[in-house]
Amino acid sequence: MATKPRTLSLSQRGLNFEMLMWLFTRLSALAMYGLILFGLIGALIMGARTQMNFADVMRWAFMPNVTHVQSTNVPDLGPWSTAFWKLAASALLLVASAHGVHGLVVIADDYVVSAAGRRTARWISVFFLASMIIIGVYVIWTA
Amino acid sequence: MRLTRNVGLAAALRYKGQGPMLTYILHRIGGLGMAIFITVHILSSFLGGTTGVYLNSLYESWIFQIVIFFCVMFHAINGLRITIVDLWPSLLVHEREAIWLEWLVFVPLYGFAVLVIVRAGLGG
Repeated sequence: MATKPRTLSLSQRGLNFEMLMWLFTRLSALAMYGLILFGLIGALIMGARTQMNFADVMRWAFMPNVTHVQSTNVPDLGPWSTAFWKLAASALLLVASAHGVHGLVVIADDYVVSAAGRRTARWISVFFLASMIIIGVYVIWTA
Repeated sequence: MRLTRNVGLAAALRYKGQGPMLTYILHRIGGLGMAIFITVHILSSFLGGTTGVYLNSLYESWIFQIVIFFCVMFHAINGLRITIVDLWPSLLVHEREAIWLEWLVFVPLYGFAVLVIVRAGLGG
C-alpha cells in the first residue's frame, strides 16, 4: 500500500505571506548565527584573546559597531570603524529587528483574535519596525 | 482565520506539555525579553545624555546580565533546534531527544556565562 504524502504540495498549500515569514524566521536565525560568528572572528582578529575581556568580545559579536566596544585595550579601534563593519552591524540590525518584530506579531496573534485587532497589531508592528531600523541605522552610521 | 482556542497563561502553565511546552514558553519569554531590551538599548544609544547613562548603568548590573543572557542563549539554542527540525522535517521524530540535547548544550554554556558574570560582578 502506497503511503499518502503527509505534506501538501506547494501549489495546494499556497505560498502566502505567513508562509514566507515562517521561512524567513528560520533562515534569519541561521543568518544571525552567521553574522554573530563573523563578529566573533572579527573580535579575534582585533586581538580579543589578549586585549578584550569576555564582555567586550560578546559586545562585538552581538553588534560589531565601534562605539559598542570603546572600553577595550585594543590599541587602535580605527581600523574597525570602517564602512565594512558598519555594513555588518547594519545587516545584523536589519535581520534581527525584522525577525524580532515578526516574533512579536506571532505572539500578538495568539492573544488578539479579531480581524480588526490583528490589522491594528500589524500596522503598529510595521511602524515599530520602520522606526527601530531608522533609529538603529542612524546610530550606527553617525556615532 | 480565527483561532478557536482560548487558553490563558495560567492554564498553559498547568498543561502537561512537558519538554516541548517548556521550551515553547521559554522561547517566547526570551524573545519578548530581548525585544524589550534591544528596543530600550537602541533608544538609549540614540538619546544619550543622562537618560542613556542611567539606562546603561542598568545594563551593567550583573543581575540584569544574568537575566538577559538567559533570554539570549536559550532563544538562540532553542531557535537553532527549531530551525534544524523545521528545515529537515524527517528529524521531527527525534524532537524529544533534540530537546534533551539542547539542554545539554545550554546548561554548560549558560553556567559558564553566569560564572563569568558573577565573578566580574563581585569584582573578580
